[in-house]
This record gives sequence, structure tokens and C-alpha cells, in this order.
Amino acid sequence: MSGAGEAAWAVFILSNFILLGSGRLKSYARAVSVQGFLLAALAWLPPTMPVGHALFLSACNAVLKGIVFPRFLVRAIEAADVRRETEPGVGFGLSLIAGTAVLAVCFWAGDKLPPPVPAFLAARPAAFFAMFTGLFIIVGRRTAVAQTAGYLVLENGLAALGMSLLRGQPLVVELGVLLDLFAAVFIMGIAVYHINREFDHVDADKLTFLRD
Amino acid sequence: MILALLLIPLLAGAAAFAIRGDSLRRGFWLAAAAAHAALTVACWRHAPPPVLGGWLGLDAAGLLVLGAASALFLAATVYGIGFLAREEESRLRLGARRRNESEPVFTGCLLLFLAAMTLTAAARNFGLLWVAVEATTLASAPLVFFHRHARSLEAVWKYLVVCSVGIALALGGNIFLAASAAGGGSPLGFDDLARMGPRLNATWLRAALVFLFVGYGTKMGLAPMHTWLPDAHSESPSMVSALLSGALLNCAFLALWRASRVASAAGQGELAGTLFLVLGAVSLGIAAVFVLGQSDYKRLLAYSSVEHMGILATGAGLGAAGAYGAFFHAVNHSLVKGMLFLSAGNILAAYGTKSVERVRGLARTLPWTGALWAAGLFAVTGAPPFGTFVSEWTILRAAAAGGRWGVLVFFLAALAVIFLGMSRAFLSMLQGPKGGAEKAREPVSAWMPPLVLGAAALALGFGAPGFLDRILREAAGLP
Repeated sequence: MSGAGEAAWAVFILSNFILLGSGRLKSYARAVSVQGFLLAALAWLPPTMPVGHALFLSACNAVLKGIVFPRFLVRAIEAADVRRETEPGVGFGLSLIAGTAVLAVCFWAGDKLPPPVPAFLAARPAAFFAMFTGLFIIVGRRTAVAQTAGYLVLENGLAALGMSLLRGQPLVVELGVLLDLFAAVFIMGIAVYHINREFDHVDADKLTFLRD
Repeated sequence: MILALLLIPLLAGAAAFAIRGDSLRRGFWLAAAAAHAALTVACWRHAPPPVLGGWLGLDAAGLLVLGAASALFLAATVYGIGFLAREEESRLRLGARRRNESEPVFTGCLLLFLAAMTLTAAARNFGLLWVAVEATTLASAPLVFFHRHARSLEAVWKYLVVCSVGIALALGGNIFLAASAAGGGSPLGFDDLARMGPRLNATWLRAALVFLFVGYGTKMGLAPMHTWLPDAHSESPSMVSALLSGALLNCAFLALWRASRVASAAGQGELAGTLFLVLGAVSLGIAAVFVLGQSDYKRLLAYSSVEHMGILATGAGLGAAGAYGAFFHAVNHSLVKGMLFLSAGNILAAYGTKSVERVRGLARTLPWTGALWAAGLFAVTGAPPFGTFVSEWTILRAAAAGGRWGVLVFFLAALAVIFLGMSRAFLSMLQGPKGGAEKAREPVSAWMPPLVLGAAALALGFGAPGFLDRILREAAGLP
């Protein structure tokens, strides 16, 4: 059981490298989906929550983060007709190298901080690493679709952080967070659609009318 | 009582999406805003008991934020109904060259925005507080995008991404906070955390504080995380700018204040105070730099909001006496900034430009708005006889009493520079011969709401009246 948990977190870590190293936007959607399903599965492993709570949460995670959000991304990619991130702010090779270095730091930090509850060895590093990847993608990629994917990965990292540090939060709060996330992705999707119509591309980098 | 406060805007917002008739929807909107304001007044008279097992409750700090939001929303509603009618008229006149957001969506989101702000004020738990603050971002994003053109689209994208990332970091702060309390009762209730006090794990708590300050500081518009603010405030319709600046920023300040209370209870008050002072000083400095030579009057007001949030943060970092000044200043700033943004909306409607250079002869062209604009200059720069002067003075006295001379000198220097920048722009707009305006017309709904807000700010110049003073003392923790 413990081996399966560690392996799941390892896959979670690897999925971030897809985002760091690839320019294909559909791969981004796939990586986000993999992370969503992993989070849903990991809700069943210790630190354990009440069964009803775990069932409900993992169902929500699987449906929203595993299926609905990646669908949103794919639809945005198809509607905007951008398949690739062609001119990333930071090159893919450099992103991978930076990612590897940061992963080492994440393992070191995860080891240093005192765990308040028993958890998997790889859980905290995986959470930190996903948070880093999300922020990195938001800052370092130019298309609005990639930035939305980055936001989702950041949120997945936070969900992983919650799972590795807490014995489950109150259900109301978890539901509220998911509801907000859903609305955020929905509104970002609408914004991507309008950016595409207005500018004929989804390069958030070209949004430079407003400056001092 | 608290549930009614939440449900009125929530249900009215949901209904507004569905109502097709314009006048019916506007009447409904006004009724909801008035009912919310009336209930808020009732809550101020008798603090309502907590509900839902202590998850929702209104303490003094919550009442202050709620009161400012509700009053400003009512003023913005009266103004907004006239504004929407005029927008519709000018759109018909110009032909359908440019489309605005549909009115049901706009009204619905406004009311949902009010519901989210009410929840922020009433939440008694960090988890719920987070959900509420994120909801304010999401409900207000469509409002920024009312005028559907490229610039407002850029503003709304920045607003969404910067604030969502900021608030995501605050969620990390929440998780660290829960980790520091591991093993203790219901996680993240304000009262439970304060009761645990020194038993909270210090390492995790300090990490939590940093994340919460960066996260909610982004939403409050504290520099250097303020980058979304000038864009969103200048590109929104003016009534939305008034709400974003006067009501929403207070909500984020409230979240920071809650975090600092837990920190004090746990013996980490010094870290929270330092964070407040550093972010406050950076905000004052950045605002001073960008106010000088600003050529867009709505951006000028936006940077002034960064300045005033810096003042709030500085006050909150100076102990209980400073916090009293900070809360008083939050109320004053809401009134003054509401008045100025609504007036700016009148100027924009008449002149059709946001450029300081191209607005001339305001005092003669739009007499009401011109007078408000002139009074607003004194109010926003903290000159007597306005309430802002009293609250800034209180904060300065707290700095002097605490022997924080560095803070005091920097604070005064920044305010002086900002006064120069603001007065240059405001005076050049006011002076000059009549004319230049495309259509100089001031209906009552355009000047009455800012006038009422300005009069209230003026009345507070005589000091906080008894009922306000009592709540301010309680919020700041003064005897």
C-alpha cells in the first residue's frame, strides 16, 4: 500500500515535467488530467479521512480536475486554433534543467520541515514542485491557454499540499474551494475566447496597451 | 440576520440574470441594495449573534467592512441605474458600433459581488474567508469587462491571473496555518486559533503569515503585488471602480487583519507588524513615484488607492492606537474614493477622455462635478477638514508615541509628494475656460450619490461620532 502511494506521487512529479518540457498545449491538458485522477486516487490512501468524505472528495476531484477542466482546456485550444506554445519566454530545455534543480530543493525542503501528520515521503516535495511548476508556467509561457493550465497545476499543488499536511479539511471548505476553482476556470475560458476574437491570437504577452 | 444579509444579494443576483425587463430589473436591484443597507444598519445597532455553529458572525472589524461596502453599494446603485440608462441611450445614438456586456449579466454579477463581500466580512474561519475572497475576484471580473474593448480585456486578464495566483498563495498560507494547529480541535476558526495561541507551531505559523500577507496583500493592492490594480480600476466603468477601490480592498485588509490577530495571540505579533510596515512603506513609495506625472486621471485615482492601502497597512503595523487610525482611515477612504470615482465617471461621460491634459475648465463646464472634484482633492490628500486628515493624524500620533520616527518621516514625505502630484493634475483639470466637453449634462443621479459620500467624509472630519468610535475601538482592541 505504501509503495503504491509513493509510486503515485512519483507519477505526479513526472507529470509536471511534461508541462515544463513540452510546447504541445494538448499535452498540457493531458498532464492536468493525470494529476486530477492521481489526486482522486490518493484521497483513499493514508492519512485517512472518513469514508464518506473521501468518496465524495475523490469523486469531485476525478470529475472536475480529471475530466471537466482538461476538457475546457482542449476546447479552448481548438477554438483558438493554437496547438503549440511556439515562443516560450523561457526555452523548454532550460525549463527542464531549472525544474530538475528545483525538484532537488523541493525534496530538501520537504525533508527539513517537520511533518504535522504522518504522510508519504514524496508527498510534500511533489506538492512544492507542482506549485513551482504552475507559477513557472504562468510567468514563463505566453499563451493564455498555457497560463490557465499553469493556474490549474498550481491549484493541484495546493491540493497535494493539503493532503500531505492535513487530515482533511472540513467538507464545506473543500467544496467552496472546488466551486471557486470551477468558476475561475470557467471565467478564464471565456476570457481566452474573447482574447482570441479581439486579437486573433491568444498571446497574453501582446496585451501591452496598459502601462505607465 | 446574517443569513438574510447574505441571501438577499445572492438570490437577487441570481434573479437578475433571469429578469428580462430593464426597468423591472433596475427596480429589483435598487430594492436589494436598499434592503441590504437597512439590514446593515440594524446589525450596527444590535450586533447579531453568530450563526451556523459559529462559522458566520459579525464582530466589530467585520461590521466596519460590511458597513463601508453596503453604503458604497447603495450609492453606486443609484448612480449605476442612471449610468446604464445613459449608456443605453448613447449606444442607440451612436449605432451598435460597440457592444457592452449585457445588462442582466452586469447587474447579476454586481449583486453576487456584494454577496461575496458580505461573506468576507461575516466569515469566522480562514477557510471560509478564503472562499469568500476568491469569490469576490470571480464575481467582479465580468464587471471590469463591461466595455468590451481590447484594453478592458487586457485589464480583466491581468486581474484574473494576478489575483487568482495571489489568492492561491493565500490558500497555501491557510494550509500552513492548519498544519501549525495540527491536533487541535476544529481547524482554522478564528476563535479556536486565537485560543490555541502559543501552542501553535511557530515554524509553520511564520510560513503561514508570509504566504497570507503576500496572497491577501496582492488582493489589497499592496506594492509590489499591486500590478493588476491600476489597470482594473482605470478600465472598469466608474461605479465598478468605486466598489473595487472603496469596498473590495477593505475586504482584503480585513483578511490580513485576521491573520495578524492570530499571530499576536501566538506571540508572533512582531513578524506581522513588520510585514505590515514593510508592505505599507513600499506601497507609499511606489504610489508617490507613479502619481507624479500620471497622465490618466482614473489611473491617478488607482495609484491613490495603492497609497491609501499603504496607509492602512502602516497603521495596522503600529499597535492598537495605529490600528484604530487604520480602521478609521478605511472608512474615510471608502467614502472619499467612492465620491471621486463616481465624479470621474461624470467627467469621462462628458469629455470622452481619461487624459488629464485634455480635460479643461471642469469647474465651469460641470459645476456640480467640478465642485466635487475640487473638494475631493483635499479629501483624498488628507487635508483638513476631512475625515482622512483625522485618521492620518491618528496614525502619525501612534508612530510618534511608539518612537517610530523613521516610519513617521517616510510617511510624511510620501504624502507630501503625492499631494504635489495630485494637486497638479486636479487643478489643471479644474481651471480654464468653459467648453471642450462633448455633452455637458449632469442629471441628479450622477451628482447626488458622490455628494452624499463627500458630505459623510466631511462630517467625519469632526472626529468619529460616538457609535463609530465605539466600534473602531473594539475592532482595534483598545479599551
